[in-house]
Amino acid sequence: MEMSANNLFLAKIDEAARWAQSSSVWPLTMGLACCAIEMMVIPAPQYDISRIGSEVFRSSPRQADLMIVSGRVSNKMAPIVRRLYDQMAEPKWVISMGACASSGGVFDNYAILQGIDQVVPVDVYVPGCPPTPDGLVYAINLIQQQIRTGGRGGIFARA
Amino acid sequence: MSDHLPDWIGSEGNPPNFGDPTAVLEPEPYEVVSRSDDEMVLSMGPQHPSTHGVLQVVLGIDGETVKRAEPEIGYLHTGIEKSAENLFWNQSLTVIDRMDYLAPLTNNFAFCRGVEKLLGITGQVPRRAQQIRVMMAEMTRITSHCIWLGTHAIDLGAISPFFFTVDLRENILDLIEAASGARMNMTYFRVGGINGDLPEGFLERLDEVIAKFPRRMRDLRDLLQKNPIWTDREVGVGVISAEDAVAWGLTGPSLRASGVAYDLRKIEPYSTYEEYEFDVPTRTEGDCYARFLVRLDEMEESMRIIEQVRKNLEPGPIMVNEPAVALPPKPSIGLSMESLIHHFKLVSEGFRVPAGDVYGAVEGPRGEIGYYIVSNGENRPWRVRTRPPSFYNLQALRKIAAGNLIADVVVMIGSLDPVFGEVDR
Repeated sequence: MEMSANNLFLAKIDEAARWAQSSSVWPLTMGLACCAIEMMVIPAPQYDISRIGSEVFRSSPRQADLMIVSGRVSNKMAPIVRRLYDQMAEPKWVISMGACASSGGVFDNYAILQGIDQVVPVDVYVPGCPPTPDGLVYAINLIQQQIRTGGRGGIFARA
Repeated sequence: MSDHLPDWIGSEGNPPNFGDPTAVLEPEPYEVVSRSDDEMVLSMGPQHPSTHGVLQVVLGIDGETVKRAEPEIGYLHTGIEKSAENLFWNQSLTVIDRMDYLAPLTNNFAFCRGVEKLLGITGQVPRRAQQIRVMMAEMTRITSHCIWLGTHAIDLGAISPFFFTVDLRENILDLIEAASGARMNMTYFRVGGINGDLPEGFLERLDEVIAKFPRRMRDLRDLLQKNPIWTDREVGVGVISAEDAVAWGLTGPSLRASGVAYDLRKIEPYSTYEEYEFDVPTRTEGDCYARFLVRLDEMEESMRIIEQVRKNLEPGPIMVNEPAVALPPKPSIGLSMESLIHHFKLVSEGFRVPAGDVYGAVEGPRGEIGYYIVSNGENRPWRVRTRPPSFYNLQALRKIAAGNLIADVVVMIGSLDPVFGEVDR
Protein backbone atom coordinates (compact mmCIF):
# COMPACT_ATOMS: atom_id res chain seq x y z
CA MET A 1 0.00 0.00 0.00
CA GLU A 2 1.21 3.49 -0.70
CA MET A 3 -0.09 6.94 0.03
CA SER A 4 -0.17 9.71 -2.55
CA ALA A 5 0.16 13.46 -1.91
CA ASN A 6 -3.61 14.03 -1.90
CA ASN A 7 -4.33 11.67 0.98
CA LEU A 8 -5.26 8.89 -1.39
CA PHE A 9 -4.31 5.30 -0.73
CA LEU A 10 -3.33 3.12 -3.62
CA ALA A 11 -3.38 -0.62 -3.01
CA LYS A 12 -4.00 -3.86 -4.79
CA ILE A 13 -7.36 -5.26 -3.80
CA ASP A 14 -5.75 -8.54 -2.86
CA GLU A 15 -3.31 -6.88 -0.48
CA ALA A 16 -5.93 -4.63 1.04
CA ALA A 17 -8.29 -7.54 1.58
CA ARG A 18 -5.56 -9.58 3.21
CA TRP A 19 -4.64 -6.71 5.47
CA ALA A 20 -8.27 -6.35 6.52
CA GLN A 21 -8.70 -10.09 6.96
CA SER A 22 -5.57 -10.45 9.05
CA SER A 23 -6.64 -7.62 11.32
CA SER A 24 -10.00 -9.12 12.17
CA VAL A 25 -9.46 -12.78 12.92
CA TRP A 26 -12.45 -13.71 15.06
CA PRO A 27 -12.08 -16.94 16.99
CA LEU A 28 -14.86 -19.43 17.61
CA THR A 29 -15.95 -19.94 21.22
CA MET A 30 -15.21 -23.62 21.48
CA GLY A 31 -13.73 -24.61 24.78
CA LEU A 32 -12.88 -28.26 25.20
CA ALA A 33 -10.62 -28.88 28.19
CA CYS A 34 -7.80 -27.38 30.23
CA CYS A 35 -6.50 -25.28 27.32
CA ALA A 36 -9.90 -23.60 27.07
CA ILE A 37 -9.19 -21.87 30.37
CA GLU A 38 -5.97 -20.43 28.98
CA MET A 39 -7.84 -19.55 25.78
CA MET A 40 -10.53 -17.77 27.78
CA VAL A 41 -8.12 -15.35 29.42
CA ILE A 42 -6.65 -13.95 26.20
CA PRO A 43 -9.38 -11.30 25.75
CA ALA A 44 -8.74 -10.12 29.32
CA PRO A 45 -6.60 -7.03 29.91
CA GLN A 46 -3.42 -8.99 30.69
CA TYR A 47 -3.17 -10.39 27.15
CA ASP A 48 -5.83 -8.37 25.34
CA ILE A 49 -6.09 -9.75 21.83
CA SER A 50 -8.20 -6.72 20.93
CA ARG A 51 -4.83 -5.17 20.18
CA ILE A 52 -4.47 -7.44 17.17
CA GLY A 53 -8.11 -7.34 16.14
CA SER A 54 -9.32 -10.67 17.53
CA GLU A 55 -11.32 -9.49 20.49
CA VAL A 56 -14.70 -10.83 19.40
CA PHE A 57 -15.16 -14.48 20.28
CA ARG A 58 -18.08 -15.66 18.18
CA SER A 59 -20.29 -18.43 19.45
CA SER A 60 -21.70 -19.21 16.02
CA PRO A 61 -19.34 -20.95 13.62
CA ARG A 62 -20.94 -19.00 10.77
CA GLN A 63 -19.40 -15.80 12.09
CA ALA A 64 -15.99 -17.10 13.08
CA ASP A 65 -12.75 -17.16 11.09
CA LEU A 66 -10.52 -19.07 13.44
CA MET A 67 -11.11 -22.32 15.26
CA ILE A 68 -8.94 -22.80 18.33
CA VAL A 69 -9.08 -26.49 19.19
CA SER A 70 -8.35 -26.02 22.86
CA GLY A 71 -7.81 -29.32 24.51
CA ARG A 72 -8.21 -33.04 24.16
CA VAL A 73 -10.69 -34.22 21.57
CA SER A 74 -12.45 -37.44 22.45
CA ASN A 75 -13.71 -39.82 19.80
CA LYS A 76 -17.21 -38.73 20.72
CA MET A 77 -16.37 -35.06 20.18
CA ALA A 78 -14.36 -35.45 16.96
CA PRO A 79 -17.33 -35.52 14.55
CA ILE A 80 -18.70 -32.40 16.20
CA VAL A 81 -15.41 -30.58 15.83
CA ARG A 82 -15.44 -31.53 12.16
CA ARG A 83 -19.03 -30.39 11.74
CA LEU A 84 -18.24 -27.04 13.34
CA TYR A 85 -15.30 -26.68 10.98
CA ASP A 86 -17.56 -27.40 8.03
CA GLN A 87 -20.05 -24.83 9.24
CA MET A 88 -17.47 -22.06 9.33
CA ALA A 89 -17.39 -19.81 6.30
CA GLU A 90 -14.32 -19.71 4.06
CA PRO A 91 -11.64 -18.53 4.50
CA LYS A 92 -11.00 -20.22 7.84
CA TRP A 93 -8.02 -21.14 9.94
CA VAL A 94 -7.37 -23.68 12.67
CA ILE A 95 -5.04 -23.52 15.67
CA SER A 96 -4.31 -26.78 17.40
CA MET A 97 -3.74 -25.66 20.98
CA GLY A 98 -1.77 -27.85 23.30
CA ALA A 99 -0.25 -31.29 23.28
CA CYS A 100 -3.55 -33.20 23.38
CA ALA A 101 -5.05 -31.47 20.36
CA SER A 102 -1.79 -31.74 18.44
CA SER A 103 -0.86 -35.32 19.19
CA GLY A 104 -3.01 -36.82 21.94
CA GLY A 105 -0.54 -35.65 24.57
CA VAL A 106 -0.27 -37.84 27.63
CA PHE A 107 -3.51 -39.60 26.77
CA ASP A 108 -2.46 -42.37 24.42
CA ASN A 109 -5.58 -44.41 25.03
CA TYR A 110 -8.90 -45.60 23.64
CA ALA A 111 -10.78 -42.37 24.24
CA ILE A 112 -8.72 -39.59 22.78
CA LEU A 113 -8.13 -38.68 19.16
CA GLN A 114 -4.36 -38.79 18.58
CA GLY A 115 -4.10 -35.40 16.96
CA ILE A 116 -6.83 -33.14 15.67
CA ASP A 117 -5.18 -33.04 12.24
CA GLN A 118 -6.88 -36.37 11.60
CA VAL A 119 -10.21 -34.56 11.28
CA VAL A 120 -9.48 -30.93 10.41
CA PRO A 121 -6.54 -29.32 8.58
CA VAL A 122 -4.37 -27.44 11.07
CA ASP A 123 -2.54 -24.20 10.34
CA VAL A 124 -0.60 -23.63 13.55
CA TYR A 125 0.31 -26.07 16.32
CA VAL A 126 0.97 -24.64 19.77
CA PRO A 127 2.99 -26.89 22.07
CA GLY A 128 2.48 -26.94 25.83
CA CYS A 129 0.26 -28.56 28.39
CA PRO A 130 -1.42 -26.16 28.46
CA PRO A 131 0.39 -23.50 26.41
CA THR A 132 0.59 -20.14 28.09
CA PRO A 133 -1.75 -17.42 26.83
CA ASP A 134 1.33 -15.72 25.41
CA GLY A 135 1.93 -18.81 23.29
CA LEU A 136 -1.60 -18.64 21.96
CA VAL A 137 -1.31 -14.93 21.16
CA TYR A 138 1.87 -15.75 19.27
CA ALA A 139 0.00 -18.44 17.34
CA ILE A 140 -2.64 -15.90 16.33
CA ASN A 141 0.21 -13.64 15.18
CA LEU A 142 1.47 -16.49 13.01
CA ILE A 143 -2.02 -16.94 11.56
CA GLN A 144 -2.02 -13.23 10.70
CA GLN A 145 1.35 -13.60 9.02
CA GLN A 146 0.02 -16.53 7.04
CA ILE A 147 -2.99 -14.52 5.93
CA ARG A 148 -0.79 -11.64 4.78
CA THR A 149 1.63 -13.85 2.89
CA GLY A 150 -0.97 -16.32 1.67
CA GLY A 151 0.71 -19.46 3.01
CA ARG A 152 -1.17 -22.29 4.68
CA GLY A 153 -0.59 -25.10 7.06
CA GLY A 154 1.52 -27.00 9.48
CA ILE A 155 3.45 -24.30 11.34
CA PHE A 156 4.87 -25.15 14.73
CA ALA A 157 4.66 -22.15 17.10
CA ARG A 158 8.07 -22.47 18.66
CA ALA A 159 8.85 -19.71 21.12
CA MET B 1 -11.91 -58.89 24.40
CA SER B 2 -15.62 -58.20 24.37
CA ASP B 3 -17.51 -58.34 21.11
CA HIS B 4 -19.03 -54.91 21.41
CA LEU B 5 -15.71 -53.10 21.50
CA PRO B 6 -14.25 -51.68 18.28
CA ASP B 7 -11.59 -54.06 16.97
CA TRP B 8 -8.83 -51.46 17.14
CA ILE B 9 -8.93 -51.42 20.93
CA GLY B 10 -6.15 -53.60 22.22
CA SER B 11 -4.73 -54.39 18.79
CA GLU B 12 -2.62 -51.30 18.18
CA GLY B 13 -3.72 -49.11 21.04
CA ASN B 14 -4.38 -46.31 18.60
CA PRO B 15 -7.70 -44.92 17.45
CA PRO B 16 -8.61 -45.39 13.81
CA ASN B 17 -7.12 -43.13 11.22
CA PHE B 18 -9.79 -40.80 10.00
CA GLY B 19 -8.07 -40.65 6.63
CA ASP B 20 -8.41 -37.69 4.36
CA PRO B 21 -8.65 -34.63 6.65
CA THR B 22 -10.78 -32.78 4.13
CA ALA B 23 -13.40 -35.52 3.97
CA VAL B 24 -16.67 -34.81 5.75
CA LEU B 25 -17.33 -37.14 8.65
CA GLU B 26 -20.94 -38.04 9.21
CA PRO B 27 -21.78 -37.73 12.91
CA GLU B 28 -24.14 -40.27 14.34
CA PRO B 29 -27.73 -39.10 13.90
CA TYR B 30 -29.22 -37.55 17.00
CA GLU B 31 -32.91 -37.24 17.66
CA VAL B 32 -32.29 -34.01 19.44
CA VAL B 33 -34.24 -31.58 17.32
CA SER B 34 -37.81 -32.66 16.84
CA ARG B 35 -41.24 -31.25 17.24
CA SER B 36 -44.59 -32.57 18.37
CA ASP B 37 -47.82 -30.86 19.34
CA ASP B 38 -46.92 -29.90 22.86
CA GLU B 39 -43.15 -30.24 23.02
CA MET B 40 -40.21 -29.11 20.97
CA VAL B 41 -36.91 -30.81 21.58
CA LEU B 42 -33.94 -28.50 21.47
CA SER B 43 -30.31 -29.43 21.84
CA MET B 44 -28.11 -27.03 23.76
CA GLY B 45 -24.45 -27.81 23.26
CA PRO B 46 -21.99 -29.48 23.12
CA GLN B 47 -20.61 -26.31 21.55
CA HIS B 48 -22.37 -23.58 23.44
CA PRO B 49 -20.76 -20.63 25.23
CA SER B 50 -22.81 -21.08 28.38
CA THR B 51 -22.43 -24.78 29.03
CA HIS B 52 -18.93 -24.28 30.51
CA GLY B 53 -17.34 -26.90 28.38
CA VAL B 54 -18.72 -29.72 26.35
CA LEU B 55 -22.07 -30.37 27.99
CA GLN B 56 -25.07 -31.12 25.85
CA VAL B 57 -28.44 -30.47 27.43
CA VAL B 58 -31.40 -31.88 25.53
CA LEU B 59 -34.28 -29.61 26.45
CA GLY B 60 -37.92 -30.41 25.97
CA ILE B 61 -39.57 -27.01 25.72
CA ASP B 62 -43.05 -25.65 25.48
CA GLY B 63 -42.66 -22.11 24.25
CA GLU B 64 -40.01 -20.59 26.50
CA THR B 65 -40.66 -22.97 29.36
CA VAL B 66 -38.45 -25.97 29.90
CA LYS B 67 -40.44 -29.13 30.55
CA ARG B 68 -37.48 -31.44 30.89
CA ALA B 69 -33.72 -31.19 30.68
CA GLU B 70 -31.50 -34.18 30.06
CA PRO B 71 -27.76 -33.58 30.47
CA GLU B 72 -25.82 -35.61 27.93
CA ILE B 73 -22.25 -36.07 29.06
CA GLY B 74 -19.19 -37.91 27.83
CA TYR B 75 -17.94 -35.51 25.16
CA LEU B 76 -14.71 -35.08 27.08
CA HIS B 77 -14.26 -38.68 28.18
CA THR B 78 -10.51 -39.06 28.40
CA GLY B 79 -9.97 -42.40 30.04
CA ILE B 80 -7.98 -40.78 32.83
CA GLU B 81 -8.77 -43.49 35.38
CA LYS B 82 -7.59 -46.13 32.93
CA SER B 83 -4.47 -44.14 32.05
CA ALA B 84 -3.62 -43.83 35.73
CA GLU B 85 -3.52 -47.62 36.03
CA ASN B 86 -0.65 -47.75 33.55
CA LEU B 87 1.53 -45.22 35.32
CA PHE B 88 3.68 -45.34 38.44
CA TRP B 89 2.08 -43.95 41.57
CA ASN B 90 3.78 -40.59 41.28
CA GLN B 91 3.27 -40.45 37.52
CA SER B 92 -0.47 -41.00 37.93
CA LEU B 93 -0.59 -37.61 39.58
CA THR B 94 0.08 -35.97 36.21
CA VAL B 95 -3.01 -37.38 34.53
CA ILE B 96 -5.14 -36.98 37.64
CA ASP B 97 -4.25 -33.28 37.55
CA ARG B 98 -6.13 -32.98 34.30
CA MET B 99 -9.50 -34.00 35.71
CA ASP B 100 -10.52 -30.88 37.54
CA TYR B 101 -8.31 -28.54 35.58
CA LEU B 102 -9.57 -25.44 37.38
CA ALA B 103 -8.14 -26.71 40.66
CA PRO B 104 -5.55 -29.35 39.78
CA LEU B 105 -3.90 -29.34 43.18
CA THR B 106 -6.98 -30.54 45.01
CA ASN B 107 -6.92 -33.62 42.76
CA ASN B 108 -3.29 -34.16 43.69
CA PHE B 109 -4.11 -33.58 47.32
CA ALA B 110 -6.85 -36.21 47.47
CA PHE B 111 -4.83 -38.79 45.57
CA CYS B 112 -1.70 -38.24 47.65
CA ARG B 113 -3.70 -38.53 50.85
CA GLY B 114 -5.14 -41.82 49.69
CA VAL B 115 -1.78 -43.30 48.71
CA GLU B 116 -0.19 -42.03 51.92
CA LYS B 117 -2.90 -43.78 53.92
CA LEU B 118 -2.17 -47.02 52.09
CA LEU B 119 1.55 -46.62 52.71
CA GLY B 120 0.88 -45.74 56.35
CA ILE B 121 2.90 -42.54 56.24
CA THR B 122 0.09 -40.03 56.74
CA GLY B 123 1.46 -38.96 60.11
CA GLN B 124 5.03 -38.67 58.86
CA VAL B 125 4.47 -36.10 56.13
CA PRO B 126 6.47 -33.11 57.35
CA ARG B 127 4.64 -30.18 58.80
CA ARG B 128 5.99 -27.66 56.31
CA ALA B 129 4.81 -29.82 53.40
CA GLN B 130 1.34 -30.04 54.96
CA GLN B 131 1.20 -26.29 55.41
CA ILE B 132 2.32 -25.56 51.85
CA ARG B 133 -0.23 -28.07 50.60
CA VAL B 134 -2.98 -26.27 52.45
CA MET B 135 -1.79 -22.93 51.16
CA MET B 136 -1.65 -24.11 47.55
CA ALA B 137 -5.01 -25.87 47.78
CA GLU B 138 -6.63 -22.70 49.06
CA MET B 139 -4.96 -20.68 46.33
CA THR B 140 -6.34 -22.96 43.66
CA ARG B 141 -9.75 -22.69 45.31
CA ILE B 142 -9.62 -18.92 44.84
CA THR B 143 -8.45 -19.19 41.22
CA SER B 144 -11.15 -21.74 40.49
CA HIS B 145 -13.86 -19.54 41.95
CA CYS B 146 -12.41 -16.63 39.96
CA ILE B 147 -12.96 -18.48 36.69
CA TRP B 148 -16.41 -19.60 37.85
CA LEU B 149 -17.45 -16.06 38.72
CA GLY B 150 -16.05 -14.52 35.54
CA THR B 151 -17.69 -17.01 33.20
CA HIS B 152 -20.93 -17.05 35.15
CA ALA B 153 -21.10 -13.27 34.85
CA ILE B 154 -20.39 -13.43 31.11
CA ASP B 155 -23.26 -15.90 30.72
CA LEU B 156 -25.53 -13.33 32.30
CA GLY B 157 -24.25 -10.53 30.12
CA ALA B 158 -21.79 -8.79 32.44
CA ILE B 159 -18.27 -8.77 31.06
CA SER B 160 -16.45 -6.48 33.53
CA PRO B 161 -16.35 -8.98 36.43
CA PHE B 162 -14.41 -11.32 34.17
CA PHE B 163 -11.63 -8.76 33.79
CA PHE B 164 -11.44 -8.29 37.56
CA THR B 165 -11.42 -12.00 38.32
CA VAL B 166 -8.82 -12.74 35.65
CA ASP B 167 -6.57 -10.10 37.17
CA LEU B 168 -6.89 -11.67 40.61
CA ARG B 169 -6.36 -15.12 39.15
CA GLU B 170 -3.24 -14.02 37.27
CA ASN B 171 -1.78 -12.60 40.48
CA ILE B 172 -2.24 -15.92 42.24
CA LEU B 173 -1.13 -17.96 39.23
CA ASP B 174 2.12 -15.99 39.18
CA LEU B 175 2.76 -17.21 42.72
CA ILE B 176 1.82 -20.78 41.89
CA GLU B 177 4.00 -20.68 38.80
CA ALA B 178 6.94 -19.41 40.84
CA ALA B 179 6.59 -22.33 43.24
CA SER B 180 5.63 -25.17 40.92
CA GLY B 181 6.81 -24.09 37.47
CA ALA B 182 3.44 -24.19 35.74
CA ARG B 183 0.36 -22.03 35.57
CA MET B 184 -2.06 -24.91 35.28
CA ASN B 185 -1.80 -28.67 35.78
CA MET B 186 1.09 -28.13 38.16
CA THR B 187 1.53 -31.60 39.73
CA TYR B 188 3.24 -29.86 42.62
CA PHE B 189 2.42 -32.50 45.23
CA ARG B 190 4.12 -35.85 45.51
CA VAL B 191 3.24 -38.88 47.53
CA GLY B 192 4.87 -38.08 50.87
CA GLY B 193 5.30 -34.34 50.45
CA ILE B 194 5.73 -31.74 47.76
CA ASN B 195 8.03 -31.44 44.79
CA GLY B 196 10.10 -28.44 45.84
CA ASP B 197 10.28 -25.79 48.47
CA LEU B 198 8.90 -22.30 48.01
CA PRO B 199 11.26 -20.09 46.00
CA GLU B 200 13.02 -17.03 47.34
CA GLY B 201 10.84 -13.95 47.59
CA PHE B 202 7.64 -16.01 47.44
CA LEU B 203 6.30 -14.92 50.79
CA GLU B 204 6.88 -11.24 50.06
CA ARG B 205 4.96 -11.55 46.81
CA LEU B 206 2.26 -13.44 48.65
CA ASP B 207 1.97 -10.55 51.11
CA GLU B 208 1.33 -8.18 48.20
CA VAL B 209 -1.47 -10.39 46.89
CA ILE B 210 -2.95 -10.73 50.38
CA ALA B 211 -2.89 -6.94 50.73
CA LYS B 212 -4.56 -6.43 47.37
CA PHE B 213 -7.22 -9.10 47.85
CA PRO B 214 -9.84 -7.30 50.01
CA ARG B 215 -10.05 -4.43 47.53
CA ARG B 216 -10.56 -6.84 44.65
CA MET B 217 -13.30 -8.67 46.51
CA ARG B 218 -14.98 -5.37 47.36
CA ASP B 219 -14.91 -4.44 43.67
CA LEU B 220 -16.51 -7.73 42.72
CA ARG B 221 -19.21 -7.42 45.35
CA ASP B 222 -19.91 -3.85 44.27
CA LEU B 223 -20.26 -4.96 40.69
CA LEU B 224 -22.64 -7.83 41.28
CA GLN B 225 -24.06 -8.37 44.72
CA LYS B 226 -26.57 -5.51 44.74
CA ASN B 227 -26.82 -5.24 40.97
CA PRO B 228 -30.58 -5.32 40.17
CA ILE B 229 -30.05 -7.24 36.92
CA TRP B 230 -27.95 -9.81 38.69
CA THR B 231 -30.39 -10.30 41.56
CA ASP B 232 -33.33 -10.47 39.14
CA ARG B 233 -31.68 -13.29 37.27
CA GLU B 234 -30.40 -15.17 40.33
CA VAL B 235 -32.73 -14.80 43.30
CA GLY B 236 -35.25 -17.60 43.55
CA VAL B 237 -33.90 -19.40 40.47
CA GLY B 238 -32.95 -23.06 40.64
CA VAL B 239 -33.90 -23.73 44.24
CA ILE B 240 -32.56 -26.99 45.66
CA SER B 241 -33.93 -27.99 49.05
CA ALA B 242 -31.62 -29.39 51.69
CA GLU B 243 -33.25 -32.84 51.47
CA ASP B 244 -32.89 -32.93 47.70
CA ALA B 245 -29.31 -31.74 47.86
CA VAL B 246 -28.38 -34.53 50.26
CA ALA B 247 -30.38 -37.11 48.31
CA TRP B 248 -28.70 -36.19 45.03
CA GLY B 249 -25.27 -36.37 46.61
CA LEU B 250 -24.40 -32.72 46.19
CA THR B 251 -21.33 -31.42 47.99
CA GLY B 252 -19.42 -28.19 48.21
CA PRO B 253 -20.94 -24.74 47.76
CA SER B 254 -23.99 -26.19 46.02
CA LEU B 255 -24.82 -28.16 49.16
CA ARG B 256 -23.89 -25.44 51.61
CA ALA B 257 -26.11 -22.93 49.81
CA SER B 258 -29.01 -25.23 50.69
CA GLY B 259 -28.25 -25.03 54.37
CA VAL B 260 -26.13 -28.11 55.04
CA ALA B 261 -22.80 -27.10 56.57
CA TYR B 262 -20.88 -30.09 55.27
CA ASP B 263 -17.24 -29.30 54.72
CA LEU B 264 -14.53 -31.95 54.94
CA ARG B 265 -12.08 -29.38 56.22
CA LYS B 266 -14.18 -29.02 59.37
CA ILE B 267 -15.75 -32.45 59.66
CA GLU B 268 -12.67 -34.50 59.07
CA PRO B 269 -9.76 -32.05 59.29
CA TYR B 270 -6.64 -33.07 57.43
CA SER B 271 -3.20 -31.56 56.87
CA THR B 272 -3.26 -29.01 59.71
CA TYR B 273 -6.70 -27.64 58.78
CA GLU B 274 -7.74 -28.13 62.39
CA GLU B 275 -5.36 -25.34 63.45
CA TYR B 276 -6.84 -22.57 61.36
CA GLU B 277 -9.70 -20.35 62.23
CA PHE B 278 -12.22 -20.19 59.43
CA ASP B 279 -15.95 -20.34 58.95
CA VAL B 280 -17.95 -22.52 56.62
CA PRO B 281 -20.19 -20.08 54.74
CA THR B 282 -23.72 -21.44 54.64
CA ARG B 283 -27.00 -20.07 53.28
CA THR B 284 -30.46 -21.51 53.54
CA GLU B 285 -32.17 -20.24 50.36
CA GLY B 286 -30.70 -22.88 48.05
CA ASP B 287 -31.08 -20.73 44.93
CA CYS B 288 -28.48 -19.53 42.44
CA TYR B 289 -27.94 -16.31 44.38
CA ALA B 290 -27.19 -18.25 47.56
CA ARG B 291 -24.63 -20.37 45.71
CA PHE B 292 -23.07 -17.16 44.36
CA LEU B 293 -22.82 -15.66 47.86
CA VAL B 294 -21.43 -18.84 49.37
CA ARG B 295 -18.65 -18.97 46.79
CA LEU B 296 -17.77 -15.31 47.30
CA ASP B 297 -17.61 -15.86 51.06
CA GLU B 298 -15.52 -18.97 50.49
CA MET B 299 -12.93 -16.99 48.57
CA GLU B 300 -12.56 -14.69 51.57
CA GLU B 301 -12.35 -17.62 53.99
CA SER B 302 -9.68 -19.20 51.78
CA MET B 303 -7.65 -16.04 51.95
CA ARG B 304 -8.04 -16.07 55.73
CA ILE B 305 -6.57 -19.57 55.81
CA ILE B 306 -3.71 -18.53 53.50
CA GLU B 307 -2.90 -15.61 55.82
CA GLN B 308 -2.78 -17.93 58.83
CA VAL B 309 -0.58 -20.42 57.00
CA ARG B 310 1.69 -17.57 55.97
CA LYS B 311 2.00 -16.50 59.61
CA ASN B 312 2.61 -19.98 60.99
CA LEU B 313 4.76 -21.39 58.19
CA GLU B 314 7.59 -23.34 59.80
CA PRO B 315 10.95 -24.17 58.27
CA GLY B 316 11.76 -27.82 57.83
CA PRO B 317 11.84 -30.66 55.36
CA ILE B 318 9.22 -30.87 52.62
CA MET B 319 9.40 -34.58 51.90
CA VAL B 320 8.77 -37.54 54.13
CA ASN B 321 11.89 -39.18 55.56
CA GLU B 322 11.12 -42.57 54.06
CA PRO B 323 13.69 -43.81 51.54
CA ALA B 324 11.19 -46.22 50.01
CA VAL B 325 9.11 -43.29 48.73
CA ALA B 326 11.22 -40.15 48.74
CA LEU B 327 13.98 -39.39 46.28
CA PRO B 328 17.41 -38.87 47.90
CA PRO B 329 18.49 -35.23 48.27
CA LYS B 330 19.82 -33.90 44.99
CA PRO B 331 23.36 -32.97 46.19
CA SER B 332 23.96 -36.47 47.52
CA ILE B 333 23.39 -38.02 44.08
CA GLY B 334 26.64 -36.58 42.80
CA LEU B 335 28.58 -37.75 45.83
CA SER B 336 27.32 -41.17 46.76
CA MET B 337 26.89 -44.23 44.55
CA GLU B 338 24.13 -45.57 46.82
CA SER B 339 22.13 -42.39 46.41
CA LEU B 340 22.54 -42.53 42.64
CA ILE B 341 21.33 -46.15 42.51
CA HIS B 342 18.48 -45.35 44.86
CA HIS B 343 17.45 -42.40 42.72
CA PHE B 344 17.65 -44.46 39.55
CA LYS B 345 15.56 -47.27 41.01
CA LEU B 346 12.87 -44.93 42.26
CA VAL B 347 12.65 -43.09 38.95
CA SER B 348 12.77 -46.12 36.68
CA GLU B 349 10.67 -48.52 38.75
CA GLY B 350 8.72 -46.33 41.12
CA PHE B 351 7.83 -47.52 44.59
CA ARG B 352 5.49 -50.27 45.61
CA VAL B 353 2.40 -49.72 47.70
CA PRO B 354 1.06 -52.48 49.97
CA ALA B 355 -2.01 -54.28 48.67
CA GLY B 356 -5.30 -52.91 49.87
CA ASP B 357 -7.90 -50.31 49.12
CA VAL B 358 -8.39 -46.84 50.47
CA TYR B 359 -10.53 -43.77 50.01
CA GLY B 360 -8.80 -40.41 50.17
CA ALA B 361 -10.83 -37.25 49.94
CA VAL B 362 -10.42 -33.52 50.35
CA GLU B 363 -12.71 -30.56 50.04
CA GLY B 364 -12.23 -29.15 46.57
CA PRO B 365 -13.72 -25.95 45.18
CA ARG B 366 -16.70 -27.89 43.84
CA GLY B 367 -17.14 -30.24 46.76
CA GLU B 368 -15.80 -33.48 48.08
CA ILE B 369 -13.28 -34.82 45.62
CA GLY B 370 -12.24 -38.33 46.50
CA TYR B 371 -10.25 -41.20 45.11
CA TYR B 372 -10.96 -44.82 45.82
CA ILE B 373 -7.67 -46.50 45.13
CA VAL B 374 -7.00 -50.21 44.95
CA SER B 375 -3.45 -51.52 45.05
CA ASN B 376 -2.34 -55.08 44.50
CA GLY B 377 1.14 -54.41 45.81
CA GLU B 378 2.60 -53.32 42.49
CA ASN B 379 4.30 -50.10 41.51
CA ARG B 380 1.13 -48.98 39.71
CA PRO B 381 -2.41 -48.52 40.95
CA TRP B 382 -4.65 -51.48 40.14
CA ARG B 383 -7.73 -49.30 40.03
CA VAL B 384 -8.41 -45.63 40.56
CA ARG B 385 -12.00 -44.59 40.92
CA THR B 386 -12.83 -40.93 41.26
CA ARG B 387 -15.66 -39.33 43.13
CA PRO B 388 -15.94 -36.16 41.06
CA PRO B 389 -18.06 -33.52 42.79
CA SER B 390 -19.13 -31.88 39.51
CA PHE B 391 -20.68 -35.10 38.28
CA TYR B 392 -22.96 -35.35 41.29
CA ASN B 393 -23.70 -31.63 41.35
CA LEU B 394 -24.67 -31.68 37.69
CA GLN B 395 -27.36 -34.29 38.33
CA ALA B 396 -29.37 -31.63 40.12
CA LEU B 397 -29.86 -29.82 36.81
CA ARG B 398 -32.55 -32.27 35.76
CA LYS B 399 -34.46 -31.56 38.90
CA ILE B 400 -34.21 -27.78 38.98
CA ALA B 401 -34.48 -26.94 35.28
CA ALA B 402 -38.01 -28.25 34.78
CA GLY B 403 -40.62 -25.51 34.87
CA ASN B 404 -38.18 -22.67 34.38
CA LEU B 405 -37.31 -20.56 31.35
CA ILE B 406 -34.59 -21.50 28.87
CA ALA B 407 -32.57 -18.44 29.91
CA ASP B 408 -32.59 -19.70 33.50
CA VAL B 409 -31.00 -22.99 32.48
CA VAL B 410 -27.86 -21.01 31.64
CA VAL B 411 -27.88 -19.48 35.13
CA MET B 412 -28.38 -22.88 36.75
CA ILE B 413 -25.53 -24.56 34.87
CA GLY B 414 -23.27 -21.66 35.80
CA SER B 415 -24.26 -21.72 39.45
CA LEU B 416 -23.62 -25.47 39.74
CA ASP B 417 -20.09 -24.84 38.42
CA PRO B 418 -19.40 -28.12 36.64
CA VAL B 419 -15.98 -28.87 35.16
CA PHE B 420 -16.21 -31.36 32.37
CA GLY B 421 -12.76 -32.77 32.68
CA GLU B 422 -14.02 -34.09 35.97
CA VAL B 423 -17.56 -35.05 34.95
CA ASP B 424 -16.42 -37.12 31.97
CA ARG B 425 -12.91 -38.05 33.15
